[in-house]
Amino acid sequence: MSGVRPRRAPPGPLEYTRQTWMRLALLATFVFLYAPIVTLIAFSFNDSKRNIVWRGFTTKYYEKALANEGLIEAFMNSITIAVLSTVISTVLGGLAAYLLWRFRFPLKPLYEGTVSLPIVIPEICLGVAMLVFFYRVGLPTGLPWPLNLSQITIAHVSFSFPFVAVVARARMASFNPELEEAARDLGASEWAIARDVIIPHMRPGLVAGAMLAFTLSLDDFVITFLTSGPDTVTFPVKVYSMVRFSVTPEVNAASTVLIVITVAVTVLALWIQNRRTVDNPG
Amino acid sequence: MNQSERKPIIRIDRVSKYFGPIAAVDDVSLEIMSGEFFALLGPSGCGKTTLLRMLAGLEIPSAGSIMIDGEDMSRVPANRRPVNMVFQSYAVFPHMSVLDNVGYGLKVTGTPAAEARSRAAEALELVKLDGLGSRMPDQLSGGQRQRVALARALVKRPKVLLLDEPLSALDAKLREAMRLELVNLQETVGITFVIVTHDQEEALAMADRIAVMDRGAVCQLAPPPELYEFPASRFVADFIGSVNLFEGTVTEARDGAITVRVPTLPRPLVVVQDKKISPGTGVWVAVRPEKIDIAKDDGTRSAGPEEGNSVPGVVEEITYLGDLSIYHVRVADGPEGLVKIAEPNFDRITARPFLWEDRVLLSWATDAGVVLDA
Repeated sequence: MSGVRPRRAPPGPLEYTRQTWMRLALLATFVFLYAPIVTLIAFSFNDSKRNIVWRGFTTKYYEKALANEGLIEAFMNSITIAVLSTVISTVLGGLAAYLLWRFRFPLKPLYEGTVSLPIVIPEICLGVAMLVFFYRVGLPTGLPWPLNLSQITIAHVSFSFPFVAVVARARMASFNPELEEAARDLGASEWAIARDVIIPHMRPGLVAGAMLAFTLSLDDFVITFLTSGPDTVTFPVKVYSMVRFSVTPEVNAASTVLIVITVAVTVLALWIQNRRTVDNPG
Repeated sequence: MNQSERKPIIRIDRVSKYFGPIAAVDDVSLEIMSGEFFALLGPSGCGKTTLLRMLAGLEIPSAGSIMIDGEDMSRVPANRRPVNMVFQSYAVFPHMSVLDNVGYGLKVTGTPAAEARSRAAEALELVKLDGLGSRMPDQLSGGQRQRVALARALVKRPKVLLLDEPLSALDAKLREAMRLELVNLQETVGITFVIVTHDQEEALAMADRIAVMDRGAVCQLAPPPELYEFPASRFVADFIGSVNLFEGTVTEARDGAITVRVPTLPRPLVVVQDKKISPGTGVWVAVRPEKIDIAKDDGTRSAGPEEGNSVPGVVEEITYLGDLSIYHVRVADGPEGLVKIAEPNFDRITARPFLWEDRVLLSWATDAGVVLDA
């Protein structure tokens, strides 16, 4: 490259990102999406009890939050429930997706619709239904940790596995059935076909579904609130009860930690997905 | 190659396959010899792929039996059959490296890893992909992916290799090169190849024997030259290559010569053919375009029947193909009255020997055509 640098050409009809109004709209979107979160994080460092005006930088509310046993316990409960329900949802959702993709059976459309029903049913209805259900079933209370979380975990699985199923099922639409036949032709049993051909293809869907399930479970309030017993508190429920007294920077600090964890998990999952799957069917 | 001394490796006995009320394969019986390059040829929907899939065990016959190397395959699932398949889409596993793809069939059936790896490397060498073992399939071209699929099937040392339209996804130049290579490969490994194709040229070029299929049934099973020169029916004559058909009635059949009266032609056609047929039967005379001679009709060359067949006509259209020129000559009214003649362009000439509207005389030897009664 030598000589006079050519003048920049005016933006072409499809180069939206080079047009000023488009850039402004983009900026507005980012502000709209992230300003509240940035504010929340900023005010977690605010040296003020009432947390309305900025009074200087401090990290003492992080120390306070970490020392708050109730908050830590709620936090651990939330993480435990999220991990358990994600694992169970991913397995169940993957199986449901496989079933819907692989087999034909009577009333299949009905079944397919029913599986995704929890996605559209209002959470409050689901929560009340769960409440009544657990009350009727009469699951024992006062069990040691983590068995005392089983009600919430079951509730979380029931609304998050359909997300995994739907995403994984959609992924299977791009599966080339000749891959399965090729594996069978080469001597693979049903198990080997599932392990070596079908699950690797489904994996991006399963990872995406698991990420959804994890975040859904971590921040679920309505259903958790209705299905948690008197002595099992999760993080969102705890934050809610703290906010009822006052919004201290402690709440902000705890929330910031949660955001950091969620973002970290998401980044990790994306990284694993990009590293492990060569996403090119056929 | 002399096929007659070989024993059959596949015996298909009265096999039918129904999808609902539709017979995809209808009462097919045939034998495929050991070491043979066998082609199933037919238009799409003729049942050739279904038949191949039944050999692989990917479809279960509705009726009949399939024997492979003397063993009844009815109860043998696809993953235990001594056959392997190259799929139309190649079906190379996208998340495995080339070497893992080729070694998969060995690994999954319990071959020790070291042996599997060395055999996979050998197979890659066989298909000229050595050195590409660590590539991922999305880093390969279509032709290379096909070689992976070939190596993956051959590494299992099957008794029969099944190929489903293996060349249809390649471009024309590569396709022609691959034809030769497949034939050489088959001679090297000595495995029976069964190929499914809708491309008659492909089948003629590669196969030792061809079974032409139509609507679920085998119309004719013969080596390529016989299929081309002596088609058994109008369908085969028309499907393999290009053909001129004259519809008429047998007036005389004796001493190995059949005389057919064609209403639209001034004189009856004579065909030397050893075929039992009684006068009065409605038949078609089929003549290949390249068997017909074309000459200017100046009125002097009015050939008699003992010299062969001759039909006067007018040149209606000329198609120049470089190596050949195709003349469409009008000998009678209607779509049947247009005769195709293929003339090789021996000399480098710029002036056409015949022009539109030229009066010409078409002639062909009595042993150039065949009489078809179906």
